Amino acid sequence: MLSAQNFGESGKMKEYHYTGPVEHRFSPYAFNGGTVLAVAGEDFAIVASDTRLSEGYSIHSRDSPKCYKLTDTTVIGCSGFHGDCLTLTKIIDARLKMYKHSNNKTMTSGAIAAMLSTILYSRRFFPYYVYNIIGGLDEQGKGAVYSFDPVGSYQRDTYKAGGSASAMLQPLLDNQIGFKNMEGVEHVPLSKDKAVQLVKDVFISAAERDVYTGDALRICIITKEGIQEQNIPLRKD
Amino acid sequence: MALAAVCGDKSVYGQIFSGKQARLFDRPNHFSFGTKIQEFAVPVGNEPSSFLGTCNREEGVRIELDHGTTTLAFKFRHGVIVAVDSRASAGNYLASNDANKVIEINPYLLGTMSGSAADCQYWERLLAKECRLYKLRNNHRISVAAASKLLSNMMLGYRGMGLSMGSMICGWDKEGPGLYYVDSNGTRLSGRMFSTGCGNSYAYGVVDSGYEEDMTVEEAYELGCRGIAHATHRDAYSGGSVNMYHMREDGWIKVCKEDVSKLIHRYREGMF
Repeated sequence: MLSAQNFGESGKMKEYHYTGPVEHRFSPYAFNGGTVLAVAGEDFAIVASDTRLSEGYSIHSRDSPKCYKLTDTTVIGCSGFHGDCLTLTKIIDARLKMYKHSNNKTMTSGAIAAMLSTILYSRRFFPYYVYNIIGGLDEQGKGAVYSFDPVGSYQRDTYKAGGSASAMLQPLLDNQIGFKNMEGVEHVPLSKDKAVQLVKDVFISAAERDVYTGDALRICIITKEGIQEQNIPLRKD
Repeated sequence: MALAAVCGDKSVYGQIFSGKQARLFDRPNHFSFGTKIQEFAVPVGNEPSSFLGTCNREEGVRIELDHGTTTLAFKFRHGVIVAVDSRASAGNYLASNDANKVIEINPYLLGTMSGSAADCQYWERLLAKECRLYKLRNNHRISVAAASKLLSNMMLGYRGMGLSMGSMICGWDKEGPGLYYVDSNGTRLSGRMFSTGCGNSYAYGVVDSGYEEDMTVEEAYELGCRGIAHATHRDAYSGGSVNMYHMREDGWIKVCKEDVSKLIHRYREGMF
């Protein structure tokens, strides 16, 4: 069924009658969909992503998670154009190794975030089409989330959603974790189990309403013991 | 020179710099990751400033960068007041309501950010590095005039390539309180009061009508808050909270971080 909203902007339904000469050009970018989310707690961090890889009306893969493990205390979630995600994570891995060899220690989450900002900015004039969110533990062992725009501007947050369903998830997180728009509610800090349950619920909602999100959910829970992964099925339609 | 290097114009680059530096080009089989000298990738054939606009018309691809602000700063008898909002928008989506738009370069220098968030963060971080190197090499702190000149020269190197940055460099050095406005066109102006960003006209109106050279410190704080609060009230791309700093002879202090909606309520109550 076609809804009444499907005309006008690019990226939606194309008109099926011939209107005249049409210019086709090569685009270096494509949109592969996917949603990423990260939450920072008192002594843990969670990075979660769906595992659907799509392009236009097709699904290329149902098992392509968007979380990549960088170190024992840091995970990055990348969504947008899959080609740029792969290249970017390869470059970050190489830079991590270079740092380890020159400085004899693993990069901390804050340092990785600052480095990623300069890597993204080196492509200021031909950006990586990737929305990144880094989740990990900082030097004091507290949870940290760093969110980026495609050219490298970043800031530290408590929670952030990125990718195709970000505009649906972010207000929900603002309400449940940030206690925004609620009166007379006690601000209890989030426990790890409540946070994991919230992430699952939030992704189930996203899969209901966003076509590019679904299939399965991969959650990475980062604590000082290490990184634990969970896979939860989502709607496959 | 930076533009010639970025566009890979070997003839100009070879003449101006010695031959061995030309080897640092980004060849496909040798990737130096930009760790030794800073390299910028440029789309072939296209004008860099309009490249993103052409990509955004393809199906589904929307690359939107964080933008939008109101910042203001003014000098008065007891130093310099710097007040900024905290909203970062990407197209029509609000990326963040608590962005940090003031960079603390050293205890005597502050830089504000407006325009493209990534451009401001990157070039002002680079400015902080250059100021630190200056201090290490010359054994005294860099002056506000010199710091703002460094930033404006960096901007001039990339003029016409689509950078968007409007910044105010504020500090206290041997000459006293200093306030310079620097932007991505290469403008560099010294002055008593500036406001930048899309909400600047509202802030100018409020601060111009309440400004007096010999205000007390409390009155100056109130004026700074009012300027930003009224600008956020009327400008869609500004909002969040007011971050205010006071630059004094012994360094800057952070005065307050107040939510704009609370401020507007307080002013409304005073009105009726």
